[in-house]
Amino acid sequence: MQTFDLETEGLRALNSQLHALKGQTNLTAWEIVNPKGAHAIAVGLDAPIDVTVRGSTGYYCAGMNKQATVRVAGSAGPGVAENMMSGTVIVDGDASQYAGATGRGGLLVIKGNASSRCGISMKGISIVVHGNIGHMSAFMAQSGNLVVLGNAGEALGDSLYEARIFVRGSVKSLGADCIEKEMRPEHYELLEDLLKRGEADAKAKPEEFRRYGSARKLYNFNIDNASSY
Amino acid sequence: MCGIVGLFLKAPKLAPQLGAMLTEMLITMTDLVPDSAGIAIYTTPQEGRARLTVQSAEPDRDFPGLDADLAGAVGGTVTIERKDTHAVLDVDADRLDAARAAVTGLRDGIKVMSAGETIEIFKEVGLPRDVAARFHLSDMAGTHGIGHTRMATESAVTTMGAHPFSTGPDQCLVHNGSLSNHNSVRRELIRHGMSFETQNDTEVAAAFISHKLNEGESLGEAMEDTLTDLDGFFTFVVGTKNGFGVVRDPIACKPAVMAETDQYVAFGSEYRALANLPGIEAARVWEPEPATVYFWER
Repeated sequence: MQTFDLETEGLRALNSQLHALKGQTNLTAWEIVNPKGAHAIAVGLDAPIDVTVRGSTGYYCAGMNKQATVRVAGSAGPGVAENMMSGTVIVDGDASQYAGATGRGGLLVIKGNASSRCGISMKGISIVVHGNIGHMSAFMAQSGNLVVLGNAGEALGDSLYEARIFVRGSVKSLGADCIEKEMRPEHYELLEDLLKRGEADAKAKPEEFRRYGSARKLYNFNIDNASSY
Repeated sequence: MCGIVGLFLKAPKLAPQLGAMLTEMLITMTDLVPDSAGIAIYTTPQEGRARLTVQSAEPDRDFPGLDADLAGAVGGTVTIERKDTHAVLDVDADRLDAARAAVTGLRDGIKVMSAGETIEIFKEVGLPRDVAARFHLSDMAGTHGIGHTRMATESAVTTMGAHPFSTGPDQCLVHNGSLSNHNSVRRELIRHGMSFETQNDTEVAAAFISHKLNEGESLGEAMEDTLTDLDGFFTFVVGTKNGFGVVRDPIACKPAVMAETDQYVAFGSEYRALANLPGIEAARVWEPEPATVYFWER
């Protein structure tokens, strides 16, 4: 285990050490102490390493992540795992605005609540929120999965493309062109896997969720292109 | 982006450290590239006394003898404590309104920053660390306080354009965001007898709340009304003699995080501002909901 004290060693030293871990490395376990809400902790990682941040983070923690597993043992500020490509990011506490925004792949797990605009413009990421999500979540979400064990705020899935949204609790309101859709066998299967990987299978069962998706009236959906989503 | 910090003490024993705690919180907001910084501190009230905080670009010309001249104009006992470009005039509480009206007539360059029984406001162009040092903010004691780092969008970078804005006795407001209907609201408030020092949008929000309080509304009601009558982006933090409030617009783009323990309620534009507060590890930390008024009164 490599322990890095962010307060004494600084952000640039941290991120450059983590960026240097390309390809094979035996320094796979990292612990970052004294984050104190600092910005851009562990951004741009591209190695199969395990990073645990002991405390709460500021803007953009684990942004652009590839391959790595980053766990925040605290709460995360705005834009956690923004534009994640692959790997896993787990937030033990709450997440602020636009968690997982524009994410293209990988798994983001938020054990507390997520604030507004969770999964905005997501493009393939899977997000599992154990608590509630705020307003305008999954706005213009293009593909991927947003799973919410709690409730969703106003205007869920506004101007939605082809992302799938599963909510167990209430939805305050649906955004333009977002509708409830039937749960089919493949959705139960997908949810079962996401709940398991999202460390939520002990809390919720796939049958308890409702599915929301695009009515496909707001954008020019052509069925011939369905396979590219 | 502007930065906001605020601290409302529940435990009187922290009062001597209020200025030091707020100053440290304010300095963490320096990365938001501010052009100005300011702080409102609610100090300990003294029976029968009130205070005016005034500012001058030429303090060596304007402050000497100001206490005697003010006492000559309104009567009673007046003392002055100069802090760099600002001075706190301690006056008889029942002569505060008269003193506020008279003081700007005594010297050409005097601007009133605040008036009230406990409020003092210090604000200047410059970095938070420098502004705090000029006014010895970290030595100040008090019950609650609000700090602001400004990145100007709606009016010029000047001392008077910095936050906090105070438009009523012991009242102040700071703002992160920008208002789009401030000109029409300002005209409306002028018709109701409010006066303005600047072209700044935040001063309109402060005066809006002062006007509602003048009309008999509670702080909570006045803050609710900002959600219907003010258009634009805002996270507001408001102080009164006994109260401390927070409200965000319904879209809530402008960041906010709060922490509460049995010792204090704290506000920060981001968690970094709160990270060094005592007992923060065990505090309840949350993000204020959009279009929801939060306030504490003692």
